[in-house]
Amino acid sequence: MTVEIEANKVLDCTGLLCPIPVVKASQAIKEIEVGQILHMIATDPGAPPDMDAWVRQTGHEMVDKTEEDGKYLFWFKRTR
Amino acid sequence: MTSAAQDAGTNVSPLGTPGAEAIPEQKKFALVASKGGLDELYPILIMGSTAGALGWDVRVFCTFYGLDLVNEKRRKKMKVSAVGNAASPPPIDGVEFRVPTILGILPGMNWVATWMMKNWMKKSNIPDFETLYQICVDSGVKFYACATTLGVMNVKMDDIVEGAECLGATAFLDFASEADVSLFV
Repeated sequence: MTVEIEANKVLDCTGLLCPIPVVKASQAIKEIEVGQILHMIATDPGAPPDMDAWVRQTGHEMVDKTEEDGKYLFWFKRTR
Repeated sequence: MTSAAQDAGTNVSPLGTPGAEAIPEQKKFALVASKGGLDELYPILIMGSTAGALGWDVRVFCTFYGLDLVNEKRRKKMKVSAVGNAASPPPIDGVEFRVPTILGILPGMNWVATWMMKNWMKKSNIPDFETLYQICVDSGVKFYACATTLGVMNVKMDDIVEGAECLGATAFLDFASEADVSLFV
């Protein structure tokens, strides 16, 4: 059960492999305001550890993540 | 969609997980490209574009055959060599038949190996070489042409792609000595 999180932007990276999901996430997070939420959908099996590392490296916050029907869902909050 | 925690001026998220304590310091990434095949330069661009997306200061030193990465005349003709690669995969999906490596010397085999790699990349939705290079440039990755290689291979700066600068090993090592990550490919 996931808590419904209202996203300000949705980024669908279905079918895309490294490095594109991370490149697109870095671009998309700049298109929302600080404090807003980016919802990302990915199928790259490397995405869960990669996005954990992405928040560590960029300082943005992972509000939630889950897996649904083979898709990885992430919610990031822009922090800066 | 500002949280109550942010309004209160703290860095604690509504879910109780710690937020970003501070802006992470920009990491430095020194990457040396010394080989000139498509299969050897693709990893440079994948590493570079990823680090660029993380906001790192990425500098790629293109030396020896790696100079082809920034050589306007040669970068569009990059190939995968069919010779000397014992890891060459089976040419047909799902059929465990490997082409004997000695057949790599036949005319046209480099073309086949190059076509195969480009085809995998396309099927996997990975951008082509030029697009990935542009993604690197857009995310601030800097490319340098090795000064010595320019001399040895008689390549003029006019042949080097716009934006790439000429640099000696000393200047690059100066950067690399302070880098958080250094890789030689």
